[in-house]
Amino acid sequence: MVVKAFKNFFKRIFFNLFKSKKELKLGFYGPPNAGKTSLANRICKDFTGEEIGAVSKIPHETRTVQFKEKVEIDYKGKKMLFKMIDTPGIATKIDYEDFLKYRMKKKDAKIRAKEATQGVVESIKWLDDMDVVVIVLDATENPYNQVNLTIIGNLVARNIPVLIVANKVDLRKASTKKIEEAFPEYDVIGISAKYGKNLEEFYESIFKLAKEA
Amino acid sequence: MVKKIRGKIKGFSIQFLPYSEIRGMDSNQRIKKILNIVLDNNILFLQGRLEPDEETRLIGDTMVMMGHVKSFKGVELAVISGNEKEGFFGKFRTNLVSAIAGGDLGAVTIIGPATIVKEIKRNPKKIELLLKG
Repeated sequence: MVVKAFKNFFKRIFFNLFKSKKELKLGFYGPPNAGKTSLANRICKDFTGEEIGAVSKIPHETRTVQFKEKVEIDYKGKKMLFKMIDTPGIATKIDYEDFLKYRMKKKDAKIRAKEATQGVVESIKWLDDMDVVVIVLDATENPYNQVNLTIIGNLVARNIPVLIVANKVDLRKASTKKIEEAFPEYDVIGISAKYGKNLEEFYESIFKLAKEA
Repeated sequence: MVKKIRGKIKGFSIQFLPYSEIRGMDSNQRIKKILNIVLDNNILFLQGRLEPDEETRLIGDTMVMMGHVKSFKGVELAVISGNEKEGFFGKFRTNLVSAIAGGDLGAVTIIGPATIVKEIKRNPKKIELLLKG
């Protein structure tokens, strides 16, 4: 009996040691311009000193999947290792003319639109490979967007743990409550990736979610 | 069929597709049928809804088509389902009915080409289809 308890104790320790060294794939998904890269940059900068990608006011700035490996998040003395995967924003339509509003040349706008469509396809392909997903939504926008519902529906169907982030809470129009009402079955954390607001609660939720993965 | 005169829409057609039309199809056939209807400049009202992975494939295939069909700028998509805020037993009942019927027939999927449909605005209480003028 004592020997068995002793064995189980060591087994648990070894299992936990092995488990803690596993790099979890943490994906950032959501519509364009919600702040996926800003949030991923904030986390990467906090724990590695480097950013993952460029951000811009022009939608579809991220047009290929970007990675940052071995990002060890240290929260209240607990550490977890992640592979951060920042994905291009998912949309159902992309019109190059929308980019012209940002004073972009027609030729460049067309190239951007073409690359953006390829980025959406790439994002969707990566859905299968995630361990944990953070859905980044713009808290100033209407959350009842079919893209949001489709992404979440897919993650649920694949049994991938989901955390919803209501980004841009620093803006006056932002409403975390609207997003909570739209997705009552999920944890919603209101943050500002730009100013690093409420990231403590975000890290706590990520650790909780990572245990489910 | 929608006709455009000097960039303005003269008219458009709405097509209703009963779920029975796609029930026996595999995912590829369903998506192909839906995209063909939308590429013909129709706004499609589909009885029921696609599976979650079919919805993402529809988005993915839409993006691929945009690379091949000139002037196709994507789609506007919305699924209206009456059971979004049901409790556990409500969901169980709906799932059981869906399993027997072969799909969620209480839902309606609206898909239209982005050149005609500007936005499908939805909130919990209403849905608005905004067309390009």
